[in-house]
Amino acid sequence: MLNVGKIEEGFVLDHMKAGKSMEIYHYLGLDKLDYPVAIIKNVRSEKMKKKDILKIECKTDMLDLEVLGFIDHNITVNVIQNGSIVSKKKLKLPNEIVNIIKCKNPRCITSIEQELEHVFLLTDAEKEVYRCKYCEEHYNYIKSS
Amino acid sequence: MRHLMSPLDFSVEELYQLLDLAEDIRSAPEKYAHACDGKILATCFYEPSTRTRLSFESAMLRLGGNVLGFASADSSSAAKGESVSDTIRMISAYADICAMRHSKEGAPMVAASKSSIPVINAGDGGHQHPTQTLTDLLTIRSLKGRLTNLTIGLCGDLKFGRTVHSLINALLRYKGIRFVFISPKELRIPSYIQEDILIKNNIPFQEVIRLEDVLPQLDLLYMTRVQRERFFNEEDYVRLKDFYILNKKKMELAKKDMLILHPLPRVNEISVEVDSDPRAVYFQQVQYGLYVRMALILTLLEISL
Repeated sequence: MLNVGKIEEGFVLDHMKAGKSMEIYHYLGLDKLDYPVAIIKNVRSEKMKKKDILKIECKTDMLDLEVLGFIDHNITVNVIQNGSIVSKKKLKLPNEIVNIIKCKNPRCITSIEQELEHVFLLTDAEKEVYRCKYCEEHYNYIKSS
Repeated sequence: MRHLMSPLDFSVEELYQLLDLAEDIRSAPEKYAHACDGKILATCFYEPSTRTRLSFESAMLRLGGNVLGFASADSSSAAKGESVSDTIRMISAYADICAMRHSKEGAPMVAASKSSIPVINAGDGGHQHPTQTLTDLLTIRSLKGRLTNLTIGLCGDLKFGRTVHSLINALLRYKGIRFVFISPKELRIPSYIQEDILIKNNIPFQEVIRLEDVLPQLDLLYMTRVQRERFFNEEDYVRLKDFYILNKKKMELAKKDMLILHPLPRVNEISVEVDSDPRAVYFQQVQYGLYVRMALILTLLEISL
């Protein structure tokens, strides 16, 4: 059994789908930040059989985790302070996501103007449907994940 | 400052006010002949469109204003690689209001986000064409006397036809609307419009392939052209372009007061012999388009008489 030490302050992202941790590491921009991060893959789980875990040591106000709601809102976000879990963040689908997914519509203005941000707006929370802010191209998270 | 990106940018009440203003301009155009003295409209047409561009230009000239602009991307700085965001900043310094057409969907929205003058979406790819929808609504309300309790047939290219999608969105806000979609199976109305818009709002609709089967029940027939520029494959276009041809014989099946609308240009889908039928109102529709654009310019420039 692999053992990774406790963190004093930061986040433990638990119940990530096995194999997704590196993707999430990049989505959160952790590759560009100077925080200690432990990526633990393929951990045995009763509920999920296998799961990934990310441990991030940082000030808890330093990281915007809203995007996780879009990537996988079943992830458990444990907030750690003084070495203990002080709260669990409930994730929800964000109303707007910026530069996480790209619009695939070849007729969209984002296909020719490179400097534009790729912005998707949540248009149907029940069906988890996002649409491109510019051309309204459909992106369904459930079907795509 | 307001822009117009989609016909839904206006509430039902605001829309009625706009249509009332258009009606007033129609009944007394001389009253508005100097309403825009000293104002300039920029028509930024990255994609050629004689009809819409001339309609906007005529609208501004009839309000006493002036116009400048370009009629294709080749004759604009876009040919040198300038972005829409940069172009609109420049246009903002030269004009008081801008009508923009672009082949890329969302381009006018990008312009609006950087503009210091009102921007009107004059058509963006297969996405929106709000002033055509305003034209359609004014034509229907003026000639039918109402926007409620109508059975509306939409015929032709229902897949790529932006005028159709915009019109559906605008009409479903009124009571008693029923749609009949008439198209070949390759050009059916997209499933998201059926599921997310019609079913969700409990709007009754039916889909058929043969126009003759449903003509007798329609209060309004909205014909569309199969547009070559929306196809990536020429073969598909050739196969589908003449799928529907409305002629005198078919018109015998229609109600005596059914109206035929068409966003124009017409190719073969309405035979010229139908033009003399009093139910064919597509050329009157062009006139209504002018009045509604005049009303829109006044509204966005916040000019009231």
